[in-house]
Amino acid sequence: MKKSLLVLIGSLLVMSSPAQSVSWRGNVTIQERLFLKDPTDPRQHGNNASIVAQPEMYYEWEGGKQNISFIPFVRLDQRDDERTHADIRELSWSYIARDYEWTLGISKVYWGVTEARHIVDIINQTDLVEDFNQEEKLGQPMARLVLIRDWGTVDLFVLPGFRERTFAGVKGRPRIIPRVEKNLTRYESSQQDKHVDLAARWSHTLGDMDIGLSLFHGTSREPLLSPARYNGEIVLAPFYQIIDQAGLDIQLTRGSWLWKLEAINLDGNYAKYRRATGGFEYTFYGVVGSADMGLVMEYLYDSRGELATTPFEDDIMVGLRMTLNDEQSSDALLGIIKDRFNDSYLISLEASRRIGDSWKLSMQASKFVVDKLDQSLKSFARDDFVQIELGYYF
Amino acid sequence: MKKIALLLLLLSLSITPAWAITAEEKGLKIAQKADELDTGWGDQKQSLVMILRNKQGQESRRQIHGRELEVIGDGDKSMSIFDTPADIKGTAFLSFTHVNKPDDQWLYLPALKRVKRIASKNKSGPFMGSEFAFEDMSSQEVGKYTYKWLRDEKLDGKDVYVIERVPVDKYSGYTRQIVWGDKVIYRPLKVEFYDRKNSLLKTLTLTGYKQYLDKYWRADRMQMVNHQNGKSTLLIFSDYSFKNGYTDRDFDRNSLKRAR
Repeated sequence: MKKSLLVLIGSLLVMSSPAQSVSWRGNVTIQERLFLKDPTDPRQHGNNASIVAQPEMYYEWEGGKQNISFIPFVRLDQRDDERTHADIRELSWSYIARDYEWTLGISKVYWGVTEARHIVDIINQTDLVEDFNQEEKLGQPMARLVLIRDWGTVDLFVLPGFRERTFAGVKGRPRIIPRVEKNLTRYESSQQDKHVDLAARWSHTLGDMDIGLSLFHGTSREPLLSPARYNGEIVLAPFYQIIDQAGLDIQLTRGSWLWKLEAINLDGNYAKYRRATGGFEYTFYGVVGSADMGLVMEYLYDSRGELATTPFEDDIMVGLRMTLNDEQSSDALLGIIKDRFNDSYLISLEASRRIGDSWKLSMQASKFVVDKLDQSLKSFARDDFVQIELGYYF
Repeated sequence: MKKIALLLLLLSLSITPAWAITAEEKGLKIAQKADELDTGWGDQKQSLVMILRNKQGQESRRQIHGRELEVIGDGDKSMSIFDTPADIKGTAFLSFTHVNKPDDQWLYLPALKRVKRIASKNKSGPFMGSEFAFEDMSSQEVGKYTYKWLRDEKLDGKDVYVIERVPVDKYSGYTRQIVWGDKVIYRPLKVEFYDRKNSLLKTLTLTGYKQYLDKYWRADRMQMVNHQNGKSTLLIFSDYSFKNGYTDRDFDRNSLKRAR
């Protein structure tokens, strides 16, 4: 694997000599987090600095019929050894024909339509140390075939090699308590992380409806966590079962309304559950000058109820998005996720703005309000934080 | 008697065209002629530099390249890909414009590899923070307006027709537009946009028309001045290329993901 990777990188560098067909982009971003309360675990910290770099190289030839994409990623974290990590987000070769495409290598695929959570999206593992909102993904080795037909697009995947979910380390914050110990990782499959997973998806646009149906067989991206002892410490041990997952995602686009639904049925020997996220987004255009205001409401459901591995099992998310439509692309998103039956909620405010041509300043503030009876969010009760990022883009 | 009747008939025939054609019909005829002259180009691509200028004269630039596919009988398909500023490099916008129903629009966000269907009701919203609205950037189809010829006159020494057009779509940001069109090439030289309160909002000036494939005229520069906020946007087009052999496949969701 490592050797073939080097060969591929080497050949990339050789091919990149005709400069006009190679394009580069990327960013280097510094991040500072300030926590407003003392940590629950004394080994955690009150503030943290880190830096991340993600250059992207893209080379195409034969008039764009073939391309190679290479996106390495590295983060250095001041305190958390688990958050200091490197990954290859993409290193893939694609061939594009008139009614089919294929991709070989490490790549990233996105499925779904909702905003609060992305439950249908299963191909890539979540890079949870990057962002506890689960927005960041690890690169996934794959062979992918896309068939383009009048009746829709069919995506077929063979996924050799499983990526473990990343979890914050001893000093990491915010993190689940007790912490997850990756040395205790176990698999249902005797092939462990070598199990070859399979997936298929059909997607189509029918007038104002975009629809996707997906099937997945293989190692669950979401581990089941159980308490265990590790060097005398109580920790959580991740267990990855083999699952069959069926997923549906639909969006209806009507005027200023977007109606969205994602639903999955997950079936395994150790856990079976159903999850759904659905709701709407409505945009008020030109509320102040040329600024738009979007209202997002989504309901989050998990059939496991309070036993769910996610704190969002019967919650309502309300989001307010302001897009200024100015030269600096300024925007802000205020979001609240609240449990329907207890008094736990999570409030977050995110805002960003371009500075000059090459810089971007982003801010995020999160506040956790945790009901005494709520076990799932208890870990984060003292983890209110403010995060500032300054990124250089090229 | 018969001769008189015939004479009257002949007279009336010769007079009829002069006053039977209304200003509305004449306006529509001009729009149809302009559309007919610009039919058959097939597909095109071009590069674009967008220069945004605020009231204080500060400038910011963005580079976009795009491609279009002519769709006979409906609005065209288009894709725009952003090259700068760097933080939005690779972001791509796909649009299927329609004459009688809302456009279909998708946005590709490269950081997430996510294709998002977006609401297209926002016709009057600014395109990329510029003084151009989405509806100013989308393909101009005859059925999108009703027309009225106002007068013929001279503009910068050129013979022009002046027509008023009223958007059919109730979500348009304009009550009306006044178009000064070149009588030789049937392309607009100047357009005034009136907002929903019917006051003058913006003026668009198109210059540097060049002919491609010995038939189709494209402007090199479009300057939009907003009279109400003092801002302006200049579009500079280059590298026009026609007959690239594009098909629907170059304007689908899969092609959006690898648009460069």
